[in-house]
Amino acid sequence: MSKEAIIKTQNLTKSFGAFTAVDKISFEAMPGEIFGFLGANGAGKTTAMKMLSGLLKPSSGTASVVGFDVFKQSEMIKKNIGYMSQKFSLYDDLTVEENIAFFGGIYGLRGDVLKLAQMELLERLQLMDQSKKLVASLPLGWKQKLSFSVAMIHKPRLVFLDEPTGGVDPITRRQFWEMIYEAAENGVTIFVTTHYMDEAEYCSRVSIMVDGKIAAMDTPRALKEQFGAKNMDEVFYTLARGAKRGE
Amino acid sequence: MIGIVIKKEFRQIFRNPNILRMMMVMPIIQLIIIPFAADYEIKNIDLAIVNQDNSSYSQRLVQKLVAGNYFQLVEASTDYRTAQESIEKGHADLIITIPHDFEKNIIKENKATISISADAVNGVKAGLGNLYANQIIGQFNAEIREELLVMPRHNEIVNIQTFAQNRYNPHNDYHLFMVPGILALLVTMVGALISTLNIVSEKEKGTIEQINVTPLKKYQFIIGKLTPFWILGMISITIGFIISYVVFGIVSLGGYLSIYLYSGLYLLAVLGIGLLLSTFVDTQQQATLFSFFLMMNFVLLSGLYTAVESMPGWARFLSDLLPPSHFIKVIRSIFIKGSSVVDILPEFGIMAIFAVVLNGLAVMNYRKRA
Repeated sequence: MSKEAIIKTQNLTKSFGAFTAVDKISFEAMPGEIFGFLGANGAGKTTAMKMLSGLLKPSSGTASVVGFDVFKQSEMIKKNIGYMSQKFSLYDDLTVEENIAFFGGIYGLRGDVLKLAQMELLERLQLMDQSKKLVASLPLGWKQKLSFSVAMIHKPRLVFLDEPTGGVDPITRRQFWEMIYEAAENGVTIFVTTHYMDEAEYCSRVSIMVDGKIAAMDTPRALKEQFGAKNMDEVFYTLARGAKRGE
Repeated sequence: MIGIVIKKEFRQIFRNPNILRMMMVMPIIQLIIIPFAADYEIKNIDLAIVNQDNSSYSQRLVQKLVAGNYFQLVEASTDYRTAQESIEKGHADLIITIPHDFEKNIIKENKATISISADAVNGVKAGLGNLYANQIIGQFNAEIREELLVMPRHNEIVNIQTFAQNRYNPHNDYHLFMVPGILALLVTMVGALISTLNIVSEKEKGTIEQINVTPLKKYQFIIGKLTPFWILGMISITIGFIISYVVFGIVSLGGYLSIYLYSGLYLLAVLGIGLLLSTFVDTQQQATLFSFFLMMNFVLLSGLYTAVESMPGWARFLSDLLPPSHFIKVIRSIFIKGSSVVDILPEFGIMAIFAVVLNGLAVMNYRKRA
């Protein structure tokens, strides 16, 4: 893996009319990094993520993701990233297998390559004997893990996770983070938004957004030192207290 | 790519028994029930007769009125007020009053009056009741005139009789008229409503967002989504043809090639409506309400139950803007008149414009990137 930044933004901005949802954010994320994106509701996390994943056109600034320009090459970006949204995004009325086949197919996996990827995935999740079951019948934790794996089926170098562990029990959350670590060890960059401050501790680097701006960005340890805080919770609280935007 | 989407859609459609039920059973039930129930011909109008004359002529007239199946005698009295009461109570729809000296006047003065009064709350019933009564009285008039005039050689009174001949539908069979129209509406339902609901449900569940971050292109998604519904629409119309034949014995005079060609084109236009609708609304509830509104207009303005020709100019203009109006017109002319592809070529052009415009608008509106 090259040492070049996989995400690189400079003054990236998105306004909706008079409202500036994301205000001149600049940062870099390196390969294999778990980049945590924190912020209160309405701070602009999801908007920033949508711009980076090619879903939303930025208003101004520059950004490149996996080496492609977000303004001109959004289709290329889409081919090379994985994305798991806040809302559970597999098809409930399709079986595990059918979901994998569908999303794999969309990412251009065909025939034996698809079969192999599917086998690997099912084995890793120990879902072999559930592969013919409807996704709707799986427990939420399983769904989330499956959803993450499906987002990674085309082996992207960068994965966006938008609040991936919302509503999931602590054990599953832990298993989920183990999967994230495993992926990061294989050189995949993880860009994750979360509300859970204990999860922020797991990240290599964390950026905290307040009112559309990046208020602080560093490793969790450095941030705690900088703010003289015991844990990330306190860091977040100190920063987010000044926020003007409510929910 | 498109194949993958189509496969997924079919899997989902076949897994949801409600959609299949709606698409297959609904046409069957509607096609069997509605044409029998919705009939323009009104029979069994409740008639109250006030016979104040009680002569042989008046008796004959009463018999003549009651003889057909148009009228049903609910009351016979000599007092207008009783008859009026039964109208007020809703027992009778029409009062025919035969005055005193009816027979005497006919013989002596060669003319007599009969009064007809109708309960016009139901305007159609009142109008038709009046018409039927007039026809029967007219026949009666002709009869007695023949009897009274002792057949002079030169009949000074020119007797004009009208002959109504219904071309193409000689027996004025309402099924022949209704069934193709109902078929048209069914196809519209399948095409517009079900496809909208399908797309909007992906919006609701959030799966569309997931699709949007994949490399799947806008046109691939749309074609993949709409193709299954196009196919289902064609199947549903085929079921309709089978029922039309089995239940009503209706066969298309113009053959089925032109119908299938035109229906295929029409379905494209209707799917365009569905797609366009799905870009405006966010929930299935909104979609349902909106398509309900659309369907109401389709039903009332398309010429299915009401004659487009008798609408005011602006309404005819509106009617022309609705694809179902054209479809109903064309499918009737193929079925009943036996029009061929060449005969309806201009209609193909019009429908093609609808398809292009509606789908174009929908695609413009369907923004993958907000």
